[in-house]
Amino acid sequence: MNQVSRTTKVLLGAFTTLIAIWLVAPMLIVFPMSFTADASFQFPPREWSARWYESFFTSPQWLGALGNSVLIGVLTAIIATVAGTIAAIAMHRSKSRMAQSAQMLLLTPMIVPPIIAGAGIYTFFLKSNLVGTVFGFVMVHIALALPLVVIAVNASLSGYDQSLELAAASLGAGRLKVFLTVTVPLIAPGVAAGAVFAFVTSFDEVIVSQFMVSPTLQTLPMMMYSSVTRTTDPTIAAAASLILGAIIFAFIFFQFVVAPLARRSKKRTGS
Amino acid sequence: MPQSPRTSEISTLSTRAIRTAALPKQRRPLSESGRKRPGLLLALLPAFVVLAIFYFYPMFSVLLMSFTDPEPGLQNFEWFFSQPVNLQVLWRTLIISFWVTIICVILAFPFAFFLTIVKPSTRGLLMLVVLIPFWTSMVVRTFAWVILLQDSGPIGQFMKLFGVDELGIMRTPTAVLIGMAQVLMPFVVLPIYTTMSKIDMRLLTAARSLGARPSKAFVTVYLPLSLPGIASGTLLCFVMALGFYITPAMLGSSREAFLSTLIQGQVQGQSNWGYGSAIGLVLLVVTLIILGVTSAIGRKTGGSVHDMVGGSKA
Repeated sequence: MNQVSRTTKVLLGAFTTLIAIWLVAPMLIVFPMSFTADASFQFPPREWSARWYESFFTSPQWLGALGNSVLIGVLTAIIATVAGTIAAIAMHRSKSRMAQSAQMLLLTPMIVPPIIAGAGIYTFFLKSNLVGTVFGFVMVHIALALPLVVIAVNASLSGYDQSLELAAASLGAGRLKVFLTVTVPLIAPGVAAGAVFAFVTSFDEVIVSQFMVSPTLQTLPMMMYSSVTRTTDPTIAAAASLILGAIIFAFIFFQFVVAPLARRSKKRTGS
Repeated sequence: MPQSPRTSEISTLSTRAIRTAALPKQRRPLSESGRKRPGLLLALLPAFVVLAIFYFYPMFSVLLMSFTDPEPGLQNFEWFFSQPVNLQVLWRTLIISFWVTIICVILAFPFAFFLTIVKPSTRGLLMLVVLIPFWTSMVVRTFAWVILLQDSGPIGQFMKLFGVDELGIMRTPTAVLIGMAQVLMPFVVLPIYTTMSKIDMRLLTAARSLGARPSKAFVTVYLPLSLPGIASGTLLCFVMALGFYITPAMLGSSREAFLSTLIQGQVQGQSNWGYGSAIGLVLLVVTLIILGVTSAIGRKTGGSVHDMVGGSKA
C-alpha cells in the first residue's frame, strides 16, 4: 500500500518481527528443553537424552492423566458441540426476546472469572460426591465450552443465506432433509471450529479443574501445573512438547482440512 | 464485502475474542415466517440444563455464601475491607491487569497495522505467529516462561556475558507482566486487526489530497476508525487479566498473588467459604464495573465512527 512510506514500513517490520519472536520463541524453547539429560531446567542442556519422554511414557500417573484429559476432552467436545449447535440454531431462528437473553446467559462463562465458578463447583461437588468423577468433569467442561461453540456456530450462521433452505423446501424436501442436506453442510465449518474450541477448552482447563481433581483422577494440565509449582521434574517438558506437537498438528489440520471446507461451502452458497 | 478465505477464518476465530459484553444483535432480515415458534426454545434445553446445574447453581450458591457463611450478615465483607492484605491484593490485581492491558494494546496496534499492509503470504505467516499461542495451553506457555526467566535460563546466561550475575526476574511482578502480556496478546491483536482490515484506505488518500500530512491523516482518520477494535481488545484483555490465576501463581511469588489465588487459598486451603466467596463477589463486581464502563465507552466511540463513515459517504 502506497499510503505508508518505506521507512515506516521498515520500522514497523522490525518491530513486528521482535513481537513475533516474543510470541513464539518461548514455546519453541520447550522442545530442546525436553531432551535434556539433567534433572533440572538448565538451559541450554549440557547433555541430550530422551529420558524424560521415557519417564512420561512409563509413568502410570502421566499416562493416566493424558488418558483422562483426552477422554474428558473428547466427550466434552461431542456433547458441547451437539447441544451448542442446536441452541445456536434455535436462538438464530427464534424471534422471541427470551432467545436473545438466552444468548447472553450462555456467554456468561466467558466473562465471569473462572475461579468464582470453580469455588462454587468445589462446594457443589463435595456435597454431591462428584469430585474426581469423569461425569462431573465432562459436565462442567461442557458448561465452560458452550459459549465458544455458540460463537463459532453463530459466525457461520450469520454468513449463510437462509433462502437456500426455503428453496430446498419449495422443491419438496422435508424439514429433516432440509436440515441434513442444506443446513448442516453449510454450517459444518463453524461446527467443526466449535468442536475444536470445545476440546481445547477442556484440554487446557486448570482453574476449575483443580477443584474437581482427586488423587485417582488427574488431568494432564493439572499434573503439569502441580509439577511446576511443587517439583522440578523435567517430565513436564516432555509433556509440554507433546502437547505443543499435537497443537501444531491440529493447527495444520485446521488450516488444510477445515479451512478448505469452509472455502468450498462459501463458494457453494455463492456469497 | 468479499472476504478472502483467510480473513474469514480469522474472523471466525476472532469472534471468540471480539464478542464481549454485548454480542452483536443479529436480527435476521429473512426468516421463514414472523410467527413465534415456542418449539424452538425446547432446543435450548440441553445446553441450559447443563449450564444451570453445573455452572449457575454452584456459582450463585457460592456467592450467596458470602452473606450467609458462617452466619447471615456482612461480616465477610467487613473482614475483606478491614484487612490491608486483601486490599493490597485487590489493588495489585487491578494495577497489574491495567499495565498488562496497556502493554498489549501498545504492542498490538502496530502489529495489527503491519498485518494490513503486508502481502498475503507474510500476513499468513504472522497470523500463524498470533494464532499458535492462542491455541496453546496456558500451562505450557507459562512453563516456557519459567524456563526462560529463571536465573540459569537463556536470558540469564546471556546477561552473565555482561557481568550480570543474577537475573532476578523470576518471582517478581516483572515476570508476571511479561508472561501475562504474552498470553493475552493474541486476544488484543485479533479484534484490532479485524477492525483495521475493514478500514477503507482510500479515506487516507482523501485526507492527504485535502492537504493533511500523513501523520495527521493517520491520527485524525485512521486512529478513530480503528477505535472499536482497540476498545474490544482492551476490554477483553483487562477482564481476562483480572481473573488470571495460573500465570501469577507460576511466575510470581506469594507477594504477587492475585485475587484468584486468594479465593483458592480461602476456599480450598482453609475452608473459609464465607471469606473466599466474599472475595469472589468483589472480583465479580470489579469485573462487571469494568465491563460496563468499557462497553459504554465502546458504544460511544462506535457511534462516532459510524457517523464519520456515514458522513464520508454523503
